[in-house]
Amino acid sequence: MKWDTLGSFLAMGGYGLYVWGSYALTAILLTAEIVVLWRRHRTLRCRPGRNAQQPDTNS
Amino acid sequence: MAINWFRFASPQTFYPLAGRMIPVFAVLAAVLGVAGLYIGFFVAPTDFQQGEVYRIIFIHVAAAWMSMFIYLVMAAWAAFGLVLNTRLSSMMATALAPTGALMTFIALWTGALWGKPTWGTWWAWDARMTSELILLFLYIGFMALQASIDDPRRADKAGAILALVGAVNVPIIYFSVKWWNTLHQGASVSVGRAPSMASTMLLGMLIMALAFWMYSIAAALMRVRSIILERERNSQWVRELAAGAPA
Repeated sequence: MKWDTLGSFLAMGGYGLYVWGSYALTAILLTAEIVVLWRRHRTLRCRPGRNAQQPDTNS
Repeated sequence: MAINWFRFASPQTFYPLAGRMIPVFAVLAAVLGVAGLYIGFFVAPTDFQQGEVYRIIFIHVAAAWMSMFIYLVMAAWAAFGLVLNTRLSSMMATALAPTGALMTFIALWTGALWGKPTWGTWWAWDARMTSELILLFLYIGFMALQASIDDPRRADKAGAILALVGAVNVPIIYFSVKWWNTLHQGASVSVGRAPSMASTMLLGMLIMALAFWMYSIAAALMRVRSIILERERNSQWVRELAAGAPA
């Protein structure tokens, strides 16, 4: 194992802020995209007339 | 076995097919992502010059490659839509743009966080970074243009022209480190030359790139399914689908 302790793993040789800042934002953005896509599809699947961008005034 | 590919060009046929493909690509993305991160953090050695900060490479390069690749695929679908007038092709182009923009943003963000400790600056107006920023503006421009046109078919055509003209930027990004003297380093991996990095580093990078690729396909397929439902909402099959869906 490369890392002796959890602390040294998190410290990343003193570059923890840069390394984890990169990975954290990437994880947040990718997760958020999937959640948004999943919810958008779920809404449309039940009510295809409902569209956030083009509200259907007839419904 | 002869497959009639044009059958899948129908949104009605493609919608359930995409639904079956999404879990496959999602699982592949997750498995490859875990494997890539394991190699990246636990197998790949510390870089003798940069120390541990180089580990940003595993997402930086993967996102940067995908940002360019997605743009080319988006432009290709847009061109198909323009030439063959197939609705689904244009929908695929529209579905790829936000994911491409996201990859471009991740490449820029991780680049900034890598640049600060290694070059001493978050940002420089060098050719690689500037052309990547232009790529982000091209994605945003494509999405804004399509969103501003009410008629989807006209939005497809206008977007396609923008996507095709903007495609010239991709080779500029790729070759910028060769054509100009940039702060950004040259290619670590290129065809016909041994990679200038440890083999485990390279392996982790390639696996992460594959994971991002699979993720992008899954995300684009999820988005195209929503786009299909939106655009076909007045068709019989979408109404039946909604009627049969659990409330």
